[in-house]
Amino acid sequence: MSERVVELEILRYDPDQGEAPHFQTYSVPCREDWVVLDAINYIKDELDRTLSYRWSCHMAVCGSCGMVINGEPALACHAFVRDYPDKIRVEPLHNFPVERDLVVNMDDFIGKLTSVKPWLIAKDPKTIDEGAYRQSKAELSVFKQYTACINCLLCYSACPQYALNDAFVGPAALALAHRYNQDSRDVGRSARQDVVASNPGIWECSFVGACSEVCPKSVDPAAAIQQSKIASTGDYFLDFLMPWRNKSAQSGNDE
Amino acid sequence: MSRPYIRPVSRTGWWLAQPRYVRYMLREISSLFIGGYMLIMITGLYRLSQGPQEYAAFLTALLGPAGVAYALVTLVFAAYHTYTWFIVTPKAMPLVIAGKRVPGPLIVAAHWLGFAVVSVALWLLMTAGGA
Repeated sequence: MSERVVELEILRYDPDQGEAPHFQTYSVPCREDWVVLDAINYIKDELDRTLSYRWSCHMAVCGSCGMVINGEPALACHAFVRDYPDKIRVEPLHNFPVERDLVVNMDDFIGKLTSVKPWLIAKDPKTIDEGAYRQSKAELSVFKQYTACINCLLCYSACPQYALNDAFVGPAALALAHRYNQDSRDVGRSARQDVVASNPGIWECSFVGACSEVCPKSVDPAAAIQQSKIASTGDYFLDFLMPWRNKSAQSGNDE
Repeated sequence: MSRPYIRPVSRTGWWLAQPRYVRYMLREISSLFIGGYMLIMITGLYRLSQGPQEYAAFLTALLGPAGVAYALVTLVFAAYHTYTWFIVTPKAMPLVIAGKRVPGPLIVAAHWLGFAVVSVALWLLMTAGGA
């Protein structure tokens, strides 16, 4: 199999040195079927074992190896070296604090994800013995694409709104909130609305659409957020026209 | 202890970082030109209320080089705004008919069709009024 020598410029940051990050270049003989993650693994194994980065599954399922490759957020295991020129620049995901080299701190995202209650809130919770919550294929098809999110954070890295205001709840968390709101078995929408329909929630999004363009799983978070905006705008006008509606909806969800 | 590095973000130049951000800014800026054109239309109505001479002067000013240039730039921005808006309609308004998702391109095509119908109707209305 043919080999090609590729220059990988990798952003290095060592918190113990107290210096700003800098790029370090490695010459890597890449096989034709290699992805960028293979090239980085080669560096770690053969050239420089001090390089830090995250990876696990090598098949675009775990969401660990999100990086910025030649300026574009991508999964390193999903980015074939053959699709890039002889120089590839690899940086940690944008918009997150860099802990070391290509490793970012994702605590902010985990907090936001939890804040939208991304789990099934059933009207009548069942025990395991009582069996599964069932739904039809048609009911599943309404939200199935949003279940494909692997929390890889490429969408946060691509989002200029999150870059400018890190209070923004952000694409993946809002898409997952929408996923449960659209689920026929779920009644938790009003419990999520305080976060979802707030200013730092869906209304901070100005529909740049970058999140959906970089998403490796075709989740389309931008679509989820726009649909949530339309639903929340409907709430606003209905509450205005029918003030009593809000009360009954609230009590319905407190059960 | 963690000593993370926070990369700076330019509050004024961020949109130059990627072509998709530039396209987004062009889409957003288009509304300024369209808003400006609305102001011109409202001015026209006001001049019309003042009398035929004032309205004729308004039309003459509109046909000057600056007026034509602004109209052309606004036309390009309005076309771009319409194109970008229609293309995202399947995202914001997904349709399910008889348990099946309506394909996105069909929703976009329906918007263009509606646009064409309204345009033709307006054109007919205007030409009928002139006759």
